[in-house]
Amino acid sequence: MLSLTDAQTRARSLRDSIPLGEVAPSPSPPLPAAPLRPPDTGPSLDVRGLSAWYGERKAIEDVSLSVAPRHITAIIGPSGCGKSTLIRCLNRMHEVVRGARAQGRVLLDEQDIYAPQVDPVRVRRVVGMVFQKPNPFPMMSIFDNVVAGLRLQGGVRMRHLEEVGERALRQAALWDEVKDVWKKASGVSLSGGQQQRLCIARTLAVEPAVILMDEPCSALDPIATYRIEELMSDLKRDYTIAIVTHNMQQASRVSDYTAFMLAEADRIGRLVEFGPTASIFTNPSERRTEDYITGRFG
Amino acid sequence: MTNALATVAVAASALAAVLVLLLILGHVVVQGLPALNPAFFTERPLPPGEVGGGVAPAIVGTLEMLAVGALFGIPLGVGAAIYLSELGRGSLARVVSFTIDLVAGLPSIVIGVFVWAWLVRNVVGQYDGLAGGVALAIIMIPIVARTVQETLRLVPDALREASLALGIPRWKTILRVVLPTASAGVLTGVVLSLARAGGETAPLLLTALGNQFFNLDLLQPMAALPVQIYQYARSPYPDWHTKAWGAALVLITLIGALSALTRWVVGRRMRALSH
Repeated sequence: MLSLTDAQTRARSLRDSIPLGEVAPSPSPPLPAAPLRPPDTGPSLDVRGLSAWYGERKAIEDVSLSVAPRHITAIIGPSGCGKSTLIRCLNRMHEVVRGARAQGRVLLDEQDIYAPQVDPVRVRRVVGMVFQKPNPFPMMSIFDNVVAGLRLQGGVRMRHLEEVGERALRQAALWDEVKDVWKKASGVSLSGGQQQRLCIARTLAVEPAVILMDEPCSALDPIATYRIEELMSDLKRDYTIAIVTHNMQQASRVSDYTAFMLAEADRIGRLVEFGPTASIFTNPSERRTEDYITGRFG
Repeated sequence: MTNALATVAVAASALAAVLVLLLILGHVVVQGLPALNPAFFTERPLPPGEVGGGVAPAIVGTLEMLAVGALFGIPLGVGAAIYLSELGRGSLARVVSFTIDLVAGLPSIVIGVFVWAWLVRNVVGQYDGLAGGVALAIIMIPIVARTVQETLRLVPDALREASLALGIPRWKTILRVVLPTASAGVLTGVVLSLARAGGETAPLLLTALGNQFFNLDLLQPMAALPVQIYQYARSPYPDWHTKAWGAALVLITLIGALSALTRWVVGRRMRALSH
């Protein structure tokens, strides 16, 4: 199903290579945290000719780009350019909205996640997502929030929930702040920045290969934003990350590649330019990119 | 000037509503208290003229039939609410929604007649507690469904998306994330429906009938507090009238205690939704 070279296959953890259409047992992941994987290998996402609609309205048209393994790819653009729609197509969350649909191909390690036999629930276990507004589950403790994905995914019963939860919280740089109260305190008792790191920990706990972030800092203050950015730089050692942001400074600070999207008068978002962040920000090849980056509009 | 007048008028009508409630409560307490003694809660009703006796079979019967009503009514009501709020689309959802409104508006005597014609006459063959419970369930379903549906609407979509994005299937998202977040509303719906069903008299007269003896068998005629009150109240004996007030006081206290308990629990859980 997934066509990988032998080296790649050996390099990845069992979890990553779960074929998307099948049920596989989830083994309890080993401690310590970072699985040994050579840099620059790992799951990539290739978007080919992707269009998406909300009902009759076309939101994005014919977008093609690659999300490089173990790098951060930023998607920037003014409001309404379809950048959130695009990222939500990458783990099939777009279709959760009533009437929404997508067309085109999104290849996760050469497997099209829009192929008919692919179960979107499986896709979301490999491609996790962090949202704009921190959204911990209000009826659950911090611990329950972190392990919610593992607990509710079904299948094999997990025995090492505490270790997994602790490791995820450590990865998300939240452990030291919550370790004394994590079994009792509610997830929503934390500050906004802590809640967002909790949501990141919750995503990490299910061991995805790719993490999508939809404006993860736009509801946070500068200090909390800084901590999340730091965290993203740590995480890219192990994860492939795509982030939507309308903050150009953030894109230039954290990302390795940048995609610039724009919706013209027809309100349909298209990809204008895609390339290494350094060249997009210093030497854009498109006039429209330059105008946006220099703050002439948007 | 007109503003002040309107304020006075509105305040007066609010006060009138409170006054009516206080009058009823006060009257029931004053008239009912003399009937209360330990035997009232432990003994069965005695024939007219005999001193003592109580409404124990009616208390037990009411609780038992409410349990049957809850057993059928709560899952069906919650299920309908989940369908309407989380899954329902198009014409089937509209039909379900309209039907729930229709059932909610049915006079309870009609529900009683229906259950009598169906269960009492054709299935069990006699007046029975099961039929009473089923009639109460039918009364409970729309109340549970509407209350739960309203609360499910309050659950932010962000939580559903968070759960789905973790690779949690939709049905588990609904049962383990959405429904627990709405638990305050589920609880409110359950108590509202129990309170309403607990006071129903007409459908029970046609189904459970009432019983002067202890009976736990659901296939036999069963006593219930509202039916007992009705029977005591329409008798010519002053002693029975006092007992009717006493039974009314017991019924009000039962439902009041249930509501108070829920308010306490719900008050703590509702905060989860406000975040």
